[in-house]
Amino acid sequence: MPDTTEKPARSKDSVANTLIVAVALSLVCSVLVASTAILLKPVQQRNEELYRQQIILDVAGLYEPGGNIVSLFENIDTRMVDLASGNYTDEVSAEGFDAIAAAKDPELGISISVDADIANIRQRARFAPVYLVRKEDSIDQIILPVYGSGLWSTMYGFLSLAPDGSTVRGLRFYEHAETPGLGDQIDKPEWREKWVGKQVFADSDQPQIEVVRGFVTDGAQGADYQIDGISGATLTGRGVTNLVRYWTGPEGFGPFLTTLRGEAGND
Amino acid sequence: MTDSSRKVLIDPLVDNNPVTLQVLGICSALAVTTSLLPALLMCVALTSVATLANGTISSIRQYIPNNIRIIVQMTIIASFVILVDQILRAYAFETSKQLSVFVGLIITNCIVLGRAEAFAMKNNVRMSLLDGLGNGLGYSAILIIVATFRELFGAGSLAGYQILPLVSDGGWYPANGLMLLPPSAFFIIGLLIWAVRTWKPKQVERADYQIHEVHRTEVL
Repeated sequence: MPDTTEKPARSKDSVANTLIVAVALSLVCSVLVASTAILLKPVQQRNEELYRQQIILDVAGLYEPGGNIVSLFENIDTRMVDLASGNYTDEVSAEGFDAIAAAKDPELGISISVDADIANIRQRARFAPVYLVRKEDSIDQIILPVYGSGLWSTMYGFLSLAPDGSTVRGLRFYEHAETPGLGDQIDKPEWREKWVGKQVFADSDQPQIEVVRGFVTDGAQGADYQIDGISGATLTGRGVTNLVRYWTGPEGFGPFLTTLRGEAGND
Repeated sequence: MTDSSRKVLIDPLVDNNPVTLQVLGICSALAVTTSLLPALLMCVALTSVATLANGTISSIRQYIPNNIRIIVQMTIIASFVILVDQILRAYAFETSKQLSVFVGLIITNCIVLGRAEAFAMKNNVRMSLLDGLGNGLGYSAILIIVATFRELFGAGSLAGYQILPLVSDGGWYPANGLMLLPPSAFFIIGLLIWAVRTWKPKQVERADYQIHEVHRTEVL
């Protein structure tokens, strides 16, 4: 269809017009994008939070598809732990606590020395939430938030331990960007299943658990502390080993797990 | 609706389908068609981006300087893609997680930029909107067909509802795992192209060259 309103080509292609169009377009587009992002942020954060709760319920084995996450989550007791002493604390509130933001906060975070930083996260918050699942008044599971570097990305997940503070009940990641088809197999139920029943600790307070290369032979020495590797994802597996060891070790929840074991022994 | 505008809207569905005739947008057609629900969401996302981008670009086409026109088109397309992505993350969180990067990759989808450059830069807003919508629907039609096949035969279900009871759950249907892998989308799209070109022989491309049989005596 012929367009009669077409302007002469010269004015449209002038340097001035090129600059005006470029600047105006950038402004309009950036305002559009920024305002959508800001307007929708509360809804998105709510989704993220619900998703995290769903993962916590899932790692605890309490999630049923279609179940109401909010009401299911009410059965889980969220407490803050002072990582250095291993005791519960009320210094910070678990409500809206953001471990990543807190790690960078000079008041709440500390930097990790290079030798101790096996999970490669550089800094961490002094406090961390733990999620306690109770069964008939005694603690049935302890769910710890864990994160650390994999091959490409920081992997965020939850580790569920039995009250002995060593037997793994489940491990699940909720955010990572590992290689699709290789590293992202850490999300596969078949692989997550392999963690259940493994021991984090042998007889010291240094975690021994490890994702090995290849397969673990049943009954072999150390099989209790080893998980089958994923072929093609050696570095992601090493990242998982390191972050689990970091967060269960003396730098992470180690002191808390020791306290907990002491309490369980007294019962 | 006039004849020409109807043609602009209907043509891309079969006669000038962006996937089967122009063979564009194959990447996402492979990636998001393992099940119907994410495929549907992807269709909605791409159709709305194509329509909005076409309309916007057409409305300012007389002001777009020739030497930065591709950048201008990409900026507009990218903004709409981010917009759609943000909305999906807010209101269709579960499914958008399955789509992961593929919503963002609509930016590089040849169909969107192709229609902007080939159509919206030369036609009025109404026609451009129709063209964007038509091409989005043409893409959607193929995606939905592919996803239906893949989910039904790969997992025995449609949009999450079990249709064919699987052997692993005590039924009779052994799931075809190949259907859930990317190559199966190639097979299905290939068969679709074959079917469409048998139905409409006009779409068959002329061979680029033909091997000419040479007799020895001719050469000498």
